[in-house]
Amino acid sequence: MIKKDVLGIRDMSKEDLIEILNTAKEMKKIIEGEKISDILKGKTIITIFFEPSTRTRLSFEMAAKYLGAHFGNIETKTSSVIKGESLIDTVRTVERMKADVIITRHNMSGAPHLMAKYLNASIINAGDGLNEHPTQALLDLMTIGEKKESFKGLKVVIIGDIVHSRVARSNMWGLLKLGAEVRLAGPATLLPKTFEKLGVKVYYDINKAINGVDVVMGLRIQLERQKSGLFPSKDEFARYFGITSERMRLAKKDAILMHPGPINRNVEILSEAANSGYSVIEEQVTNGVAVRMALLKLLCERRRNNENNY
Amino acid sequence: MKTIIKGGTVINGYGANEKADILVDNGKVEAIEKTIESNDALIIDANGKYVLPGFVDMHTHLRQPGFEEKETIKTGTHAAVAGGYTTVACMPNTNPVIDNEVVVEYIKSIAKRDGYSKVIPIGSMTKGMMGEEISEMAKLKDAGIVALSDDGHPIMNAGLMKRIMIYGSMYDLLMITHCEDKMLSGEGVMNNGLISTMIGLRGIPHEAEEVMIARNIILAKSTGARLHIAHVSTKDSVELIRRAKADGVNVTAEVTPHNLCLTEDIVDGFDTNTKAYPPLRTKEDVDALIDGLKDGTIDVIATDHAPHTKDDKKVPYEIAAFGISGIEIAFSVIYTYLVKNGLITLEDLVSFMSINPAKLLKTSYGIKVGNAADITVVDTNKEYTVNVDNFKSKGKNSPFNGKRLTGVVEYTLVDGKIIYKNNGKFEECNV
Repeated sequence: MIKKDVLGIRDMSKEDLIEILNTAKEMKKIIEGEKISDILKGKTIITIFFEPSTRTRLSFEMAAKYLGAHFGNIETKTSSVIKGESLIDTVRTVERMKADVIITRHNMSGAPHLMAKYLNASIINAGDGLNEHPTQALLDLMTIGEKKESFKGLKVVIIGDIVHSRVARSNMWGLLKLGAEVRLAGPATLLPKTFEKLGVKVYYDINKAINGVDVVMGLRIQLERQKSGLFPSKDEFARYFGITSERMRLAKKDAILMHPGPINRNVEILSEAANSGYSVIEEQVTNGVAVRMALLKLLCERRRNNENNY
Repeated sequence: MKTIIKGGTVINGYGANEKADILVDNGKVEAIEKTIESNDALIIDANGKYVLPGFVDMHTHLRQPGFEEKETIKTGTHAAVAGGYTTVACMPNTNPVIDNEVVVEYIKSIAKRDGYSKVIPIGSMTKGMMGEEISEMAKLKDAGIVALSDDGHPIMNAGLMKRIMIYGSMYDLLMITHCEDKMLSGEGVMNNGLISTMIGLRGIPHEAEEVMIARNIILAKSTGARLHIAHVSTKDSVELIRRAKADGVNVTAEVTPHNLCLTEDIVDGFDTNTKAYPPLRTKEDVDALIDGLKDGTIDVIATDHAPHTKDDKKVPYEIAAFGISGIEIAFSVIYTYLVKNGLITLEDLVSFMSINPAKLLKTSYGIKVGNAADITVVDTNKEYTVNVDNFKSKGKNSPFNGKRLTGVVEYTLVDGKIIYKNNGKFEECNV
């Protein structure tokens, strides 16, 4: 049984992950079929994003609507919350509109955890600072699960700006829990050795990192990191850490190439590779809706079962 | 009013640790003898308890003037005496900053009117703590300061720091420095290490502290200034200070109770009450800090009592205020984590929390006939559970909330008056 809030993959059990992924398979049938169900009839789902997003927010909206929930959205101008002073007030207001599940994205790590502390509604973290992006990892895991027999012993490499990536962290936790071997690759300024203490391997040579893997995952690089002196130029990054078709050939024959999008084409992934047969990037998007439906279903079931507690 | 503290074990700060009675009159210690009898004296029964020189905190944030929503001189000194402190030195990061004699006079007058403990203001090194022009140190000294600090605003300009040391040393002022290279700490909010990597908070590397300590030691060596390193937190900082002392540099150092007893692990979960500068570090650092106390590298345990409002902390970790409210439980924390565990003795605690800071602040120290009767009576057999709602301080921001601690302050006497008594009744008193 999953917890009241979905704050991160790190605090989920392996059983939670498997339950969510199995439920997502069922949900995918709804998406590919009638696109309507009454599983969330009478439930209210609200997204509050403190950071701009189009795709993730829409993916949650579609998930809620396919399941027959009431759906609302608040877009909070970053200027009014830049100091975070109204964070608790804002989400409390939303809760008072009888939200059952609040989905939130915030540019600061731990913001959803803070909200969860003060709310009865279930919180789903749609990305918090550098910490976690659990639904992205779930959709990645679902996509890998569809393509590969088993997670056990599967070799996965995540490449790019690891230290600033909540996608990398969530995937790392999920993959480790499911028994995969996780490799991280990127420039040392964006990938401290400390990660090795968490049970993953750190590589500064992308060719070695990709060699023999089943899954290659690229990450979006924030070009403003260049200004902070963390890497010298787009070109140098692309040449030494870019995912090319040639480098993909170092991976296993049936390897897949993933990316959470949007891609900086010809920086972290060369266009030819993104468009190649390795790529499952578009399939990831559909699975995104499915795992979000699964979470909404499981959270609302949990709330029904625990009604007396609320 | 004559008072006799009867039957307690007296640790006087001059080597004695034995049962004795203490006669207090006219605010001073009149006699210390095996037994003292009197018909007209108030008796404090200290049987089974320890009688210690009042604690002296050389790093307190009283917040007044300017931030009275966080703390006032009244509430801060109330918290101090509840923690057994009889003197506190308050940091100049007020508004206005303690950079001129008027603010010093203001604080002294409010402390005289509202204060429970004695208050010694610390002046700023630069005007407005802006790190540009040196403050009027001679005037500040005449108004009553004994130390200088720009508190949480480290002086990044080494040339300016050197001039401050040269000028301030004319007046024998202690240079209290918060050592942090801002370029290295960047946007960090917790220790840079395993936990920051795991939970995605930006880290403050240990080198940010060490680079600045090294620089200040070098400058103190060349200027001969009395350098005091505030809140040391890392293993290599301890080593730098150890070597500087061996090298004859006039340097002393302090450590906070939370840096001595807690580690970065408790930041996992994003409790903003764990956020402080310097950040909570690792077990390795904690062990090195304790070794530093034991071999005399670190001289003082100072609270860095930093009260904040609930709203200051009820925000995401990144933007929560830095600081821990801790003056009223500092004794119990140190007793529980260090003395009870056999790492230091109760006499050591008295040195770190009373004698050494008093010497650095150039006030009288220890329990001695003729000294001001600033005395704290503690019961080391009693336990309690920390409940921040009972804090006298306005700052409820403590990571020790809910922790079970040993060692209770029973009485605090300031200038011979019982100004705090553990049954919750207080005699109002003007210092």
